[in-house]
Amino acid sequence: MSKITREQVEYVAGLAQLELDDAAKARLQQEMGEILSYMDKLNELDTSNVEPMMHAMEMTNVFREDCAGESLAREAALRDAPQQDGEYFIVPKILDTEGGA
Amino acid sequence: MEYEAVIGMEVHVEINTHSKIFCACSTAFNAPANTNVCPICLGMPGVLPVLNREMVNKSVAAGLALNCTISRWSKMDRKNYFYPDMAKNYQISQYDLPLCYKGRLDIEVDGQVKSIGITRAHMEEDTARNTHTLGGGISGVDFNRSGVPLLEIVTEPDLRSAQDAYAYLTTLKQILQYLDVSDCNMEEGSLRAEANISVHPKGSKEFGTKTEVKNVASFSGVAKAIEFEIARQIEVLESGGKISQETRGWDANRGITFSQRSKESAHDYRYFPEPDLMPIVVDEAWEQRIRKSLPELPLAKKRRFKEQYGLSDYDATVLTSTRAMADYLEAAVQAGADAKKAANWIMGDLQALLTDAKQEIQECKVPPAGLAEMIQLIESGTISGKIGKDVLVEMFASGKGPKAIVEEKGLVQITDEGALVAIVRKVLADNPQQVEQFKAGKDRVIGFLVGQVMKASRGKANPEKVNEILRKELSA
Ligand SMILES: [Zn+2]
Repeated sequence: MSKITREQVEYVAGLAQLELDDAAKARLQQEMGEILSYMDKLNELDTSNVEPMMHAMEMTNVFREDCAGESLAREAALRDAPQQDGEYFIVPKILDTEGGA
Repeated sequence: MEYEAVIGMEVHVEINTHSKIFCACSTAFNAPANTNVCPICLGMPGVLPVLNREMVNKSVAAGLALNCTISRWSKMDRKNYFYPDMAKNYQISQYDLPLCYKGRLDIEVDGQVKSIGITRAHMEEDTARNTHTLGGGISGVDFNRSGVPLLEIVTEPDLRSAQDAYAYLTTLKQILQYLDVSDCNMEEGSLRAEANISVHPKGSKEFGTKTEVKNVASFSGVAKAIEFEIARQIEVLESGGKISQETRGWDANRGITFSQRSKESAHDYRYFPEPDLMPIVVDEAWEQRIRKSLPELPLAKKRRFKEQYGLSDYDATVLTSTRAMADYLEAAVQAGADAKKAANWIMGDLQALLTDAKQEIQECKVPPAGLAEMIQLIESGTISGKIGKDVLVEMFASGKGPKAIVEEKGLVQITDEGALVAIVRKVLADNPQQVEQFKAGKDRVIGFLVGQVMKASRGKANPEKVNEILRKELSA
């Protein structure tokens, strides 16, 4: 029995906007279950005295100064877009009024 | 049944840095579409975003002014979702370790002070803007806004009414403008407010299901939308219905909120640490440096204005409503003006001129020292108060100093007894009917006669002297 259900695979695929066939779903259910089992193995370690690692890098406070510099020329910015009108990137009509931020 | 409303606010403010949060593109408003863009803010793969130091400084300043704790250690995270305003399919934001948390903001509603809890204030990037005016089943995307720095300020559900929400927004805006961290201009999108609203029977400990009202264009709109939403929810509950948790828009023309149910995508953003951006450590020394640089905030300034200048609560409130106005008053006082007199001129004649000209006080041609000089001309008796008003109008229009205007136009007040007596006698001779009425006991006719003398002297007569001479002449 995998630790992951087929529904969970479908849910995660949905969030990632992936269309999976049955074979892929079965394979992912197996693989994702194995990853979680491995996490269980890590959980066997006593980490109560270990400071949590918040970030993979040891560096902190890498900043740039607040100076406005050059931007791309618009032609260059739009050049490789699948569709554009010289001003905007063109996408299929957005009906949904709710943005993310 | 009686109901109680519970409201929390989420406010996004644009922090007024010169460059974007992770790249050197300009944040200027109203640039032609897709001209302030680069591979980083276009969301190209393989780029390396670097955090703008000033964004951290200004966000910490805002956090401190909101009485927040500043995280010693915080980080940026990726918020994952698909939408055409977000080319890289994630927004860089902060999740479990926001820069500022656990603050409070005191607001005043009907003379009562309420403390509103601030849950958190975190840094994030703005998204691109979509335009739907191109027609033909297409939308256009402009990335100028993408990567503009935002501070998202979230309150506890401590607000209870539309008035609370309105007071919260105006107080927040005032503080952020004092700090010079944001322009807070709703029309330009540098401040956006969303309200979470629920109602429950009064006395019940359990909150009702909440709706979220978005996309409102003004503070008064937010207040109206909240008022409408509270009434709507109560009506739904009263008629036995259920509130569905949803996002609602505000139709300002019809004065109603409406459902904006999006496609049934669950809001599961799968946040994870942004590996390209290094953690942010604000140590004690950095925090103290910013704390020391904070300006006097509105409430403290208002209290000081009352104490130091003897201004009324109302006057002190008006004069500290913006930092520019408060600075103007103080500069006028420094230049020698009496504080109360300067306050009256600023709130009265000067404000009227500013309103007419649609100007802010910092743009106006009358320098604080010029106002002080004009007030001194009145106090020394060189010009009358009435002429002072005309002089101010001229100063406002031309930018000239008050002395130059008074000399140029010959506005010096006539205090010479002989000259005034001559004018008074002429007015009395020209108005025999009113003189009769006065002598018959109609004392208020004196007002008319003073007016005639002022008119004859083209406003230059000293009104007190005129009154005195008139009475003397009439009783002669
Ligand atoms: Zn850029």
